Amino acid sequence: MTLTLDAPRIVETRPLLEVHGVSKSYGPVQAVRDVSAHAYPGEVLGIVGESGSGKSTLLRMMNLEEIPETGSYTLDLADVSDNLFELDRFARRMLCATKIGIVYQNPHLGLLMKHSSSGNVAERLLVAGERSFATLRAAATEALDASEFPLDRLDAPPIELSGGMQQRVQLAKAIALEPALLLLDEPTTGLDVSVQALVLDTLKRLQQDRQITMVIVSHDLGVIRTLADRVMVMRRGEVVETGLADQIFQDPQHPYTQQLVHAKL
Amino acid sequence: MSLSTLTKPWEAMSYGFLDGSAKRELRRKILKSVAVPGCQMPYASREVPMARGWGTGGLQVSLTLVNPRTRVKVIDQGADDSVNAASIRRFIARVAGTPTTMDTLEADLIQSRHRIPEEILREDQVLVLQVPNPEPLRPVQPNMSIARQMHADADYGRMWLQLYEQIVRSGRVMQGASYPSLVHGRHVMTPSPIPRWDVPKLHMAKHLTILSAGREKRIFAVPPYTRVEPLVFSDVPYKVEEHGALTCTRSGTTGFFMNEIPQDDGTSSFEVSDSEWGVKTIRARDRDGESRGETWYKDGEMS
Repeated sequence: MTLTLDAPRIVETRPLLEVHGVSKSYGPVQAVRDVSAHAYPGEVLGIVGESGSGKSTLLRMMNLEEIPETGSYTLDLADVSDNLFELDRFARRMLCATKIGIVYQNPHLGLLMKHSSSGNVAERLLVAGERSFATLRAAATEALDASEFPLDRLDAPPIELSGGMQQRVQLAKAIALEPALLLLDEPTTGLDVSVQALVLDTLKRLQQDRQITMVIVSHDLGVIRTLADRVMVMRRGEVVETGLADQIFQDPQHPYTQQLVHAKL
Repeated sequence: MSLSTLTKPWEAMSYGFLDGSAKRELRRKILKSVAVPGCQMPYASREVPMARGWGTGGLQVSLTLVNPRTRVKVIDQGADDSVNAASIRRFIARVAGTPTTMDTLEADLIQSRHRIPEEILREDQVLVLQVPNPEPLRPVQPNMSIARQMHADADYGRMWLQLYEQIVRSGRVMQGASYPSLVHGRHVMTPSPIPRWDVPKLHMAKHLTILSAGREKRIFAVPPYTRVEPLVFSDVPYKVEEHGALTCTRSGTTGFFMNEIPQDDGTSSFEVSDSEWGVKTIRARDRDGESRGETWYKDGEMS
C-alpha cells in the first residue's frame, strides 16, 4: 500500500497593510524618508520614536490625510488593490469611511464637539449611506457600549465629557463600521495613569474580540509594550529598528533603541 | 452713416433698470442653473436701489425676465400688501412698465419671500424666490471651499447628522423653514426660508422656480417637473406644520398655512398666510362668480 502525501507547502498570509518606500518633506524638513512598513491581519504594529521622528506623519499617510512624494500603499482587501495614494478624493473618502478607523491624540480633530456623542458615532454610518434612524441609533449605542462608554451619557456632547470619555467616543466612532484597519495616534497621551490603563484595557479587549489590525503610534513604551505584537522604532524620519515586541524590549540592537528602552527603566 | 445713427437715443436708464450686460449675465446663469437643477451658480450680482438682504437677488431675476406684457405679482410672507412687497412691485412696474396683479392665477411672474402661493401654479408661470442664505451645508461646514467639494462629491451625510441631533434633543425634526431638499436626486438645496408646508409644492411642480441670493451672489433653480425630496430618515416621515385643521378668523377658510396672531387673553387666533387666497375666499362668500384656482392642499392634506 502506498501512502500518497500532499507536497509540503508553506501557509502564506499576505500582509493586510503594506507601505513601501514613502518619503515626505515639508519644505526643507524631511519628515519621513524611504519608510516601509507592513502589518498582518489581526496584528498590532507599534511605532515608537521621539517627537518629530515622523511617526505621526506616517500614520496620517496611512489614513490618506497626506499624500507622500514617493512610495506606495496597499491594503489587501476584496475591492481595493491599487496604490491607495493614487485614488481620487471621492474614492479616498469612501475608503477612509468604511475601511479605516482612526483615534487621534486630540479629540477635537476626530469629533464634532458640540454634537451628541451618539451623533458623532452615527456620522460614520451616515457617510457610508445609512439612512434609517433606528439603525443609526442601535449601531451607535452598540459601538459606544463596545468601547465601554456609559450609556446614560449617550447624547451628551463630547465637550462636556472627560478626556478618557472623549477617547472612548473616538474609539466607538472608529470601530462603528467594523473597519479592517484601526489607526491609533497617541490614544492615551494626556490622560492620567489610571484612565490610561482603563483605555488600554478596552483597546486590548477589542483587539482580542474583533481581531482588528491595528497600528499604534506612541512615544510611551509602556503603551507599546502592552498592546503591540511587533514594533518599529523611528528616528529622524527613518526606521532604525524593527522586530517583535519582546525582541525590541529585551534585546535592543540599535544604540538609539537601547537608549530608549533604558530610559524607560 | 454717422455715429449718432448707430447709437440709441439717450435714456435716463435701461429698460428694466439693469443694463444689457447685467441682464446677459443673469440670463446665462439662469440657463446654467436650469440645466443643473439645484446646483448653485455664482453670478455677478449688481447694485439695485435696495439694501442687500431685502430681496435684491430676486429683484434682479425679475427685472431680467420681465417684458411690457408680463403680469407681476410680489409676495412677502404670503402678503401682497406689506411694505416690502408693495415697494418691489411698484419699482418693477415703474422701470419696466409691466402690469401688476395680486391674483396668483393672473400672474406671469411671481416674486416671493418665504411663501409659495396656495393655488397651483401653471407651466407658463415663473416663481422667483428670494434667498438669504443659499448654502444648505453652512450649518455643518462653515468653510465654503470644502462645502463646494462636498456638493461635487454629493457628500451629504452630515445633513442627516443635523436631523439626527434634532430628533435626539427634541424628539422630532425641528427644522422649521429652509428645509434642505434633494433636487433631481443629485444636489441638496435650501428652498429659501419657505415653511415645511411649502416644500412638497416644489416636487414635480409644473412651474419653473428660480432661487436667487443677491448678497451671496448665488442662483439656483428647480425646473418644471423635477423631483424635490426633503431629506428624511427612511423610518421618520416628513411632516408639514399641523395647520390642516386651523380656520382663518377673517375669511373662514380652513386647511391652509396660517399666521398665528396672539390675543390679549393668552390664546391665539389664526389668519390665512396667503392673503390673496383669504381675499378671494371672502369675495366668493359675498358674491358668486369669483373664480378660485385649484389648491395644492385640499382639506389640509397635500394632494
